[in-house]
Amino acid sequence: MTSADIRIDEATAPVKPILEIRDLAITFKTGSGEVKAVKNAHLTIMPGETVAIVGESGSGKSTTALAAIGLLPNNGRVSGGQILLDGEDISHAPEKRMIELRGSHIGMVPQDPMSNLNPVWKIGYQVRETLKANGRPDGPKDVARVLAEAGLPDAERRAKQYPHEFSGGMRQRALIAIGLSCQPKLLIADEPTSALDVTVQRRILDHLDTMTTELGTSVLLITHDLGLAAERADKVVVMYQGNVVEAGPSLELLRNPQHPYTRRLVESAPSLASRRIQVAKEQGVASGDLLAPVAADESRVQDDVLQIKNLRKVYKLRQGLGKSSDFAAVDDVSFNVKRGTTTAIVGESGSGKSTVAKMVLQLEKPTEGQIIFDDVDTAGLKGKELFKFRRRVQPIFQDPYGSLDPMYNIFRTIEEPLRVHKIGSAASREKKVRELLDQVALPQSMMQRYPNELSGGQRQRIAIARALALDPEVIICDEAVSALDVLVQAQVLNLLADLQDNLGLTYLFITHDLAVVRQIADHVCVMEKGKLVETGSTDDVFDNPREAYTQALLDAIPGGSLLLPPAVA
Amino acid sequence: MTSNSEHFVAPVDETPLQATDSVKTDQAPVSLWADAWRKLRRRPMFIVSAFLILLLTTIALFPGLFTSVAPNNDCQLANSEGAPTAGHPLGFTLQGCDVYSRVIHGTQASLSVGVLSVICVVIIGVTFGALAGYYGGWLDAVLARVGDIFFALPIILGALVVTQLPFFRENRGVWTVVITISLLAWPQMARITRGAVIEVRNSDFVTAARSLGVSKFGALLKHALPNALAPIIVLATLELGVFIVLEATLSFLGVGLPTSVMSWGNDISAANASIRTTPGILLYPAAALSITVLSFIMLGDAVRDALDPKSRQR
Repeated sequence: MTSADIRIDEATAPVKPILEIRDLAITFKTGSGEVKAVKNAHLTIMPGETVAIVGESGSGKSTTALAAIGLLPNNGRVSGGQILLDGEDISHAPEKRMIELRGSHIGMVPQDPMSNLNPVWKIGYQVRETLKANGRPDGPKDVARVLAEAGLPDAERRAKQYPHEFSGGMRQRALIAIGLSCQPKLLIADEPTSALDVTVQRRILDHLDTMTTELGTSVLLITHDLGLAAERADKVVVMYQGNVVEAGPSLELLRNPQHPYTRRLVESAPSLASRRIQVAKEQGVASGDLLAPVAADESRVQDDVLQIKNLRKVYKLRQGLGKSSDFAAVDDVSFNVKRGTTTAIVGESGSGKSTVAKMVLQLEKPTEGQIIFDDVDTAGLKGKELFKFRRRVQPIFQDPYGSLDPMYNIFRTIEEPLRVHKIGSAASREKKVRELLDQVALPQSMMQRYPNELSGGQRQRIAIARALALDPEVIICDEAVSALDVLVQAQVLNLLADLQDNLGLTYLFITHDLAVVRQIADHVCVMEKGKLVETGSTDDVFDNPREAYTQALLDAIPGGSLLLPPAVA
Repeated sequence: MTSNSEHFVAPVDETPLQATDSVKTDQAPVSLWADAWRKLRRRPMFIVSAFLILLLTTIALFPGLFTSVAPNNDCQLANSEGAPTAGHPLGFTLQGCDVYSRVIHGTQASLSVGVLSVICVVIIGVTFGALAGYYGGWLDAVLARVGDIFFALPIILGALVVTQLPFFRENRGVWTVVITISLLAWPQMARITRGAVIEVRNSDFVTAARSLGVSKFGALLKHALPNALAPIIVLATLELGVFIVLEATLSFLGVGLPTSVMSWGNDISAANASIRTTPGILLYPAAALSITVLSFIMLGDAVRDALDPKSRQR
């Protein structure tokens, strides 16, 4: 099949597409031979249209976009097909021509706002650089105007600041300003907000929408979240293993997914799944049928395994010579966690949610307040008692690439807690490791492998196995699924839910993503700037949020504005 | 319907659906070291340097395999600065000793000074560096200042002073040279170790180990240090070459090994007198020294490339 099938009929729409990719193939030269990253990609973007490429990491979505702007890494090349920009084939265009096109015809907003601004130059200088390169007026007034248009308040003063003085959201706005400064016809946005808090993400995407609509810019949005793509784009292109497997108008694709991969995405993407639960509830369907089996057994005795009372953590901030001011990262936080249930702590970065987790894990000492675990105040734990406590409360960390020692193979990684706590003999420990691998649905043959050979989701499952090795009662998941692709996220969440059912575990789930909370949590604590602003059962908080902040978080779940029938699948 | 004509679906058999996050089981497990070895094995620089180092080690351990001429006993002044003859391929020194035999027998002293100094430097430097980097605070501050004091001393000047201390003057030998070098060269190793440990110290896997119940020192030994090993190994290999040169320099200046111990440094020093008449006497021990140092530095470079974490990212 070719792109001809999805192109709008010329007779009804005489407008020519701004970008057309036909049968694109991209090959990378690696140490182990040639690898085809993109096998068959095609898409069409009409003027003013927003098209989203959706896919998991490694699906070739970013590679396709980089090829369109001629920025493939040195070991990659277009090995087939065409990239037509305004009718001109640029798939093998010389570098000189690409430099002409970049900025003025194609703009780009990169993924990571933290590393994509040069820290030694002022923001204004970096905007000016782009304007100058494209022969546009580059006085201070023009720079300020460009920044102001991207929604940066007080632009003239801000232009004189350095990137480190900007927050993540402001940096992304500056990058959007740079990307759009020369009013390109096409803007490529590669996961422009995945590194930002959900509420900031929403504001930035809203603003990007408004700007591109005003300027009539076409947008190629790259994302791994189908919910976000469907909400923001007119058309969605789904990529899987280097191929475009499905493409079409957003809503049509969501309502009527044909390819099994798209169906899988629609079924399990947390943003869509949580939206589905909400819609179903509004229509009076019992949520129990749709939720993962997390609802705790009523007959089980539910005592409070964790009681947090008036917890406070104050850090001293240094301010010049000898001066310091107090900063309360966690301020008067109290909540209880019932045995066998999942409690989620939700908040943006800087809300103090991770600090709470660290204090519960006894990795940080609270300034004031108590953490009572199983009726014992943990503040008094020392030596042997602390060692025993560690056995009962285990963490799972956010970054699956950092939480496993790269020098340890999988067997040693999972066995370590058993060895440290001197449990069993060598043979019984090996048996236990095998059981744990079964529990997290990984093959036992994996024992001799090293973390660098595994994908993010597999590493996270290893981390779960390690946490389970000591048969703990409480597991603290600090953003445990945030770094994973949506499908893998759903898989790990299901695994966690199954384990809770089978082993009666209690989870304290730290996350910024309410879509995930909807799927897994029984209770929610919403934190803002160190303070607990709202607590309640998940249903209560989602149905009747009392605080404006909670409402803002809820609104920020991508796909929130989509009206989905409850049984799309 | 227009919407349907725009809705493209690829045939399923073109991209068959795989299980989410499926496990690859076709490749053999690869540890960091196995991976590095695989990369090293293919590099000509590594093959050449490894071959040379193997040859040098064999010479140092079994000089008898390479020459049957005694280096010291058979010296006859009649042969002084003599040209090569049968059985004496490189000629004779001023004292009438066989040059080839002296070069072969000198390997032992040079290599053992190099290897022993590196072992001492690694023990001292890694211990101090790891403790300073991992615990930080006052320990770090004190060790950093002590290191700075040694850094400020030019190493040759320092060695000249140390070797003139009565104890060192009276007991000159391989060990005094080793102690002198170790005493002055450990801060470099400590600094590299400290940096590497600081980088690893805050990783999630160290925190994870701590919350599993591993003690703070245990986490240093079992997790932080093994992950900081790569730069230590690279520096150790490079320093081995540097220390061999340093021994030769000290011996040349007359404060290193005593003349009773055969070493390239001593021979170069002795050959100084006859450089105009018979340059060969100087050339051969100098060439042996250069090749040895070069092969260790080449090995260090190859190992550094193989252990580079950037080339290991997925």
